[in-house]
Amino acid sequence: MSNIWKFGADVDTDQIVPGRYAPYMRPNEDVGDAAFIEARPDFNKQAVPGDIIVATDNFGCGSSREYAPYALRRRQVGAIFANSFARIFYRNAVNLGIPVFTDEALVQKLQDGSEATFSLEAGTITIDGETHQLPEVPNFAKEIIDAGGIVPYVREHGRFPNS
Amino acid sequence: MGGQTLSEQIISHNAAVNRPVRAGELVVVEPDTAMGHDSLTPGIIKTVKEQLGVAQVANKDQIVLVMDHVAPASNVGTAENQNFIRQFAWEQDVRLFDVGRGICHQVLVEEQIARPGTIVVGSDSHSTSYGAVGAFGSGMGSTDIALVWATGKTWLRVPETLRVQVSGRFRPGVDAKDLALKLCRDLTIAGATYMAIEYHGMEWLPLNGRQTMASMAIELGAKAGIFPPDGVVAERFDVPDWLFVDPDATYAQTIEINLDELEPQVAIPHSVDDVVDLSDITGQKIDVVFLGTCTNGRYEDMRDAADILQGQTIHPRVRMLLTPASREELQKAIADDTLNTLLAAGATLTTPGCGACMGRHQGTLGTDDICLSTGNRNFKGRMGHPTSQIYLSSPSVAAASAITGEITDPRKLVS
Repeated sequence: MSNIWKFGADVDTDQIVPGRYAPYMRPNEDVGDAAFIEARPDFNKQAVPGDIIVATDNFGCGSSREYAPYALRRRQVGAIFANSFARIFYRNAVNLGIPVFTDEALVQKLQDGSEATFSLEAGTITIDGETHQLPEVPNFAKEIIDAGGIVPYVREHGRFPNS
Repeated sequence: MGGQTLSEQIISHNAAVNRPVRAGELVVVEPDTAMGHDSLTPGIIKTVKEQLGVAQVANKDQIVLVMDHVAPASNVGTAENQNFIRQFAWEQDVRLFDVGRGICHQVLVEEQIARPGTIVVGSDSHSTSYGAVGAFGSGMGSTDIALVWATGKTWLRVPETLRVQVSGRFRPGVDAKDLALKLCRDLTIAGATYMAIEYHGMEWLPLNGRQTMASMAIELGAKAGIFPPDGVVAERFDVPDWLFVDPDATYAQTIEINLDELEPQVAIPHSVDDVVDLSDITGQKIDVVFLGTCTNGRYEDMRDAADILQGQTIHPRVRMLLTPASREELQKAIADDTLNTLLAAGATLTTPGCGACMGRHQGTLGTDDICLSTGNRNFKGRMGHPTSQIYLSSPSVAAASAITGEITDPRKLVS
């Protein structure tokens, strides 16, 4: 079971990892320890691998800092569901192999503090005993996520997706 | 085929594309420049060398490095990271603009590395700034920049374009920052996601105003924010003959703004699109004024502030931080009485660069501090403690407010 951590609209990357906690500033620390350190201290202290982040509109807006999604990968977040994502965050998350889904109906069903059963392999998420198919992901993003990120993808294929 | 937007023209003419493209297509491009700054370059280098296993970059002339985010270093961690970047720059023979040269987005324009018709990607969301000179500028994460350095290429989706059609002229006391904030207010923080913005009807706008506007395209979620290469840009830069405003281009959306009706605007905590008329927020107490950033750290911004602070002193309970966008801009402010006026009024001069914008050095905010910044972001905790607050305004409003200790309309100051 995955814990659901739900956020509202326009969660900016300063909330995910404040610039003061960048790896640049603290090269010997794990940036995963700084995930939502100020904006959501309960997540920072209690989130465990496989947990799911849910948000409404425009998740990850603001800075291009890849250490924001990277911090979530360090915490082994299982997936992120949102109504919509900011462009750079979405691309960074895909590049890091984090499963990201856009689906307003599922976002509505996923409540903060609840639990869900998520399986990328089976392509399903079960909420309150009801099993839903995972939303479709654009083909290029799916190829990258399935490879585990853009670096393993490029190493394997020697090219970018769709090229 | 019909006409093309500026983004479609630029991507079509990229060396790796070289065919007419349309919004919606996924293409592999060879960016003319891939910029990395000190904050993210250590990670980019590690991705290139350790994860991608590439010892030599694909094209050293494509890469530019700038030390601006924490410059000079503030602690041992940043000092070691900067030395790591210097070693890489020397070893790979790539251009490095070291501590004190200025903010990446200002430096690349001054050096004419960003030019009309080029594609410039950077490890910084404000890379939309290069649109000020008619370039396709876009921010990317570290892994994408690492792939450019390793392969010379990246992929992107040709964006749809949102056309901003401006009429009229700024009234006294109103400038490009107010227009940038008004766009955030009208379009919202996600209003141009995945799109390029084109700014029309401002052939008369000076370069600094174009940079202010283009830097804030990302605050609408945009992929790029491009000015047609007219006016001052056509005078100072070579413009390729294929880059022009095509009357047959297709725009996904057009919004019209009449500058004759525009009032000074202020963004209030904690979102860039939470914007009000200045008159609705005057009297708000402030502790810090920050004059700087890629949005408003140029000579003209300092000059606007100096015109208001001439013969004045800042409020005894206000700290005013002055961080020029580059060494050249600082030198311009020294060449006349601009810098001296600001210092005489009580401003504190810091090294050219990003300064306090990210809360890392040179003026980090403490508990409950309230800052009026000429920057581009007011997210919670961005400049320091999460209880601190950031308001955003033009340099004129910031200067007037520094005198009174509260948000003030410069047009109503009695001198």
